[in-house]
Amino acid sequence: MDKIKNFFRMFSNIPLAGWLMGSFVAVLMEYYLGDAISYYLYLPKIPVLFGALFILKEPIMIPSVLAYDLIIYALPILLLGKLLAPFANALARMLEKIPLSLATLIYIVAIYGILHLWAGINDYRVLVVKLTMVSIILTISLNIINGYQGEFSCSHPGFMALGAYTSSTLTLLLFTDDKMFGDALLPAALGPWLFPFVLIAGGAVAAIGSLAVAIPSFRTRGDYLAIISLAFMFIVKSAVENMEILGGPRGMSSQPAYATLPVVFAWMALCVWIIHNFTTSIMGKALNAVRDNEAAANSMTVNTRKTKVTAFMFGAFWAGVAGGLFAHVLRYVNPGTFGIQKLAEILAMVYFGGLNSIYGSIVGAVSISVLGEALRPLELWKWIIIPLILILVMIFRPHGLISFTELNVKNIIRPRDKKLSKGVE
Amino acid sequence: MEYFLQNLINALQWGSFYAVISIGYSMVYGVLMLFNFAHGDIFMVGTYIGFGIATLLLALSSAFLPGWMIFILTVVVTMFLASFVGVFVEYVGYRPLRGAPRASAAITGLMIGIIFETGNLIILGAQRFSFPPLMESVSYNIGGVYFTNVKVLIIVASLVMMLALHTFIQKTKWGMAMRAMSYDFLAVPLMGVSINVIAPLTFAIGAGLASVAGILYGQAYPVLDPYMGILLGWKAFVAAILGGRGSIMGAALAGYLLGFIEIFVAMVFPSTFRDLIAYSIILVILTFRPRGFFGMAHSTRLRL
Repeated sequence: MDKIKNFFRMFSNIPLAGWLMGSFVAVLMEYYLGDAISYYLYLPKIPVLFGALFILKEPIMIPSVLAYDLIIYALPILLLGKLLAPFANALARMLEKIPLSLATLIYIVAIYGILHLWAGINDYRVLVVKLTMVSIILTISLNIINGYQGEFSCSHPGFMALGAYTSSTLTLLLFTDDKMFGDALLPAALGPWLFPFVLIAGGAVAAIGSLAVAIPSFRTRGDYLAIISLAFMFIVKSAVENMEILGGPRGMSSQPAYATLPVVFAWMALCVWIIHNFTTSIMGKALNAVRDNEAAANSMTVNTRKTKVTAFMFGAFWAGVAGGLFAHVLRYVNPGTFGIQKLAEILAMVYFGGLNSIYGSIVGAVSISVLGEALRPLELWKWIIIPLILILVMIFRPHGLISFTELNVKNIIRPRDKKLSKGVE
Repeated sequence: MEYFLQNLINALQWGSFYAVISIGYSMVYGVLMLFNFAHGDIFMVGTYIGFGIATLLLALSSAFLPGWMIFILTVVVTMFLASFVGVFVEYVGYRPLRGAPRASAAITGLMIGIIFETGNLIILGAQRFSFPPLMESVSYNIGGVYFTNVKVLIIVASLVMMLALHTFIQKTKWGMAMRAMSYDFLAVPLMGVSINVIAPLTFAIGAGLASVAGILYGQAYPVLDPYMGILLGWKAFVAAILGGRGSIMGAALAGYLLGFIEIFVAMVFPSTFRDLIAYSIILVILTFRPRGFFGMAHSTRLRL
């Protein structure tokens, strides 16, 4: 046990910049050498999700997949991270001097670059990455209502459906010639530029729809609100199913492919940034106050009604945006998507990752989405394993893995060597 | 008028399922202040157990046992076995989470439900089974209103079960312990009534009732499906809330009401509007009566 701890301590002086450098080299290696290495290791092609799919399909591949992961990912990241640590720390210290927002932007661009190279290997990875990022937006936005505000809202698939259908209708109506809405009203070249406004419109519709849940929440909370939100979700689903103009139960298809990887990534980064600012603002603290004790919060001049409406509308807005992105990533939506199963998925992500924590939400969304994709070859057993993991997490960490932790950018990007030297003294 | 009466009987039958299932939700809520989100899937498992027992009994003993005997045996054995499913859910999903936030227990419940559904698909495969009829269906026609003996049985059996449960809760010592537990979660264990006995008992009764509802459901709609628990379970959950949390009578009434709404909506509008209108009505009711029909007005401060 101590040996393992010491092994990990070896890497504790690598700052984020160092990890990113290592990952960059790893991704470059995969990009240029991946085919050759997988050929020599008798792998049919580059393992998509770290070889999970190969391992689960044919266990005989385990050594090759492990060797591949070691050569391509583990060795470059760990070795280079360790070797470049002094340099990376110097870089991190340099970046610490410039304004935080600028430094964060540089890091985000670097992360995007790595992600782009990694996902660029094949289309499946791109899809997985996009859907994961959409889940991150969804999870964080539900965390506002369920974590920060402390309600148990079940209406997120409904908000998502509102956003997805609004934005799909707008893009199909405005920018494409299709059977459903006829010819395009605007030149298609404008589409990608106006796409953000389309998404915002979807979010706005979802936010207005959320009033149907937010206003009853003045009088009730807990289980009754859960039912009201659940009813809302079913109403939206059923209403869309009955609207022939929106394709009814068949849904809408052939949305233009505006949701490219950079677009989805930019929206996710924007969402994390805005929601982080929101939750650390006075309004965010008011949400926590209302959650912990509504009467006390009220007596301390917190306007509880305004707080609740804000939380719901804000959460629903981002759910609507996520829905719009979801529709344009898959380029197909139907009402059946936005049912109980989607709800269970989003709730699982939020409660797995941890309440009241953006960091936790990101962890939850990424782990459940990637796990879901990686376990795909197990087919049905996947739906035994994921629930079991969740039950265990709930039993041993009832608030989720990383709950009540704020995202501290300064701490994440700081150089790591100083603290270690202090510890050694 | 005949059309109306016909639908009234259909609604009574359909509402019976909701009523019996939603009682299971309501009872657990009364004792633990938690909703057992796996209850819909306990109903599903109960139905499959009933299916297995009925098939077995019909194959083994249809020669020398009369039909009603097989029916009663099926019900009794299924109730007995299904109650263990309820106890299992309590033991695995709810007992370790007594001190945890309520939402966490809701998540475990949901996940146990998913495990039941998937487990069913893995064990039994994707083929659809059909529940064997335990009695010969006889149609009656009184003044133009058609109904079968199965329908009568479903309505009467549900009422009998509810009455029996009511008596159990109001008249027996165990029932008194359950009622006491729903009044005070902290003091009652000090009086020597263990929550670790009462909670499994509640889950067991709920599961037993749900499994009987499952057998009756199998008589009316013989095709079994691993996801049948979702459809009825969530609606019954809504009924349990609508009736007022913890109120068994309220849950039963709300179950019937939901059945009526669904059947009569389908009578007037196209049937695809059923969910839309049913849930809209529920939304309106809960907006104006946030505690449901018989919800207790005691403090909303949560005990767990």
